Amino acid sequence: MCALCGVLGGRGHWTESAAAPEVFASRTEQHTRARERQARTRLVNQVLGHYGLKLGDWSGGAQVLRGRTGRTALVNNLSEMWAAADDLSRGDCDPLDPNLLQRLERG
Amino acid sequence: MGEFSQQTPINIITGFLGSGKTTLLKGLLGAPDLADTAVLINEFGAVGLDHELVQNVTESTLLLDNGCLCCAIRGDLQGALRDLLSQRQSGQVPYFKRVAIETSGLADPAPIAYTLLAEPVLQHHFRLGGIITTVDAVNGTAQLQRFPESVKQVAMADRLIVTKTDLAEPEQINALHSSLRRLNKSAQIVEVAEGDIQPAALLTDDMYDDEGRSREIEHWLAANSGGESGEAALVHDHADHIHSFALTYPAPLDWTAFGIWMSMLLHRHGDNVLRIKGLLNVAGVPTPVLINGVQHIVHPPSHLPDWPSGNRQSRIIFIVRDMEQATIEASLTAFNKLANPDAAPGRAA
Repeated sequence: MCALCGVLGGRGHWTESAAAPEVFASRTEQHTRARERQARTRLVNQVLGHYGLKLGDWSGGAQVLRGRTGRTALVNNLSEMWAAADDLSRGDCDPLDPNLLQRLERG
Repeated sequence: MGEFSQQTPINIITGFLGSGKTTLLKGLLGAPDLADTAVLINEFGAVGLDHELVQNVTESTLLLDNGCLCCAIRGDLQGALRDLLSQRQSGQVPYFKRVAIETSGLADPAPIAYTLLAEPVLQHHFRLGGIITTVDAVNGTAQLQRFPESVKQVAMADRLIVTKTDLAEPEQINALHSSLRRLNKSAQIVEVAEGDIQPAALLTDDMYDDEGRSREIEHWLAANSGGESGEAALVHDHADHIHSFALTYPAPLDWTAFGIWMSMLLHRHGDNVLRIKGLLNVAGVPTPVLINGVQHIVHPPSHLPDWPSGNRQSRIIFIVRDMEQATIEASLTAFNKLANPDAAPGRAA
């Protein structure tokens, strides 16, 4: 599994599916799947905060997405996560939304 | 050897009704390099004619029963490809190194790509080769104005074959070129007249083929740098909503942030992002990463052994419907800064 491509735990998603061992092998810094997962979770939570959501570890490869009201959803990859985010936030998570981009720019 | 080069490539041959798909395919299959190609034909309309033509040049032809290759019947394609695999393994058909799928004239190529990339068994044995779209030099411009199917076939292509150029006036061909370039900046445009024998490279060169990859990337990077010559060519109807553009990022992109951004973009806007192709300069990685998406579907990223030139900027080509370049550019820039909040903006050049 390609460390740089990272994982949320599932199989088959393009962000985690560079399966060849030589892939990214020349990267100077040794990344582990766990570290990549942490980095991904940290970054994606900056986006999810706009919708009152937070992604955290659960068990095995899965992660849990939590809403403000306590509703949760288990997700295995980023595509599943965005679909669950739409559901939990009762909205449309849109990377082109100017309000989201303003929030991200503010940091 | 690249990570995808051991899988059997599948070329999709598409194009509007009467645009010369079968003639092209017949010519290609006559080339010695393509003799070991299995062909799947999707019939539409008159029964059997196309099948008969292609049957003359290959022994492993299967005929799909339904009309269009769309989501509703992708199971048929799945089954046909699984059967082909099984027959190859048991020696029931000659060993084939490539599959060509000729779609119906009204087909949407996206579900075919989805079928290949989403089904575990097929994903293991096959990879998506080039999408090749034929366009009739005489009627192509009018078809692009009238039929959304034709526009989408052009927008999704890796290679555009302008057919019947011997029957068209130079002005017709020039106008068509402008329209095609506006819809798809990255596809190589090749003109053929009736009876031309096509070089095998039209099928064999693609982004995941070890031998043809560098030529293929040269084609789309060169086309990408060719300016906006076709910008005003089509100003109406279906084609007016679709356009292509390229973003160039001088600073390395963070792969994690990019994955979050692109997965979110395709989740929300995948219907309107017809193609994404790109060569990424990923932070911390000395060689380029190739990305290739068809609507919601993204091919597993591939890692090239070297940069094709001294230019190490990330270059991403988008073919989109009703979406603005500036909006997409600002969004990617904002997401990339999540990973590097103190870095200089990785804005597009």
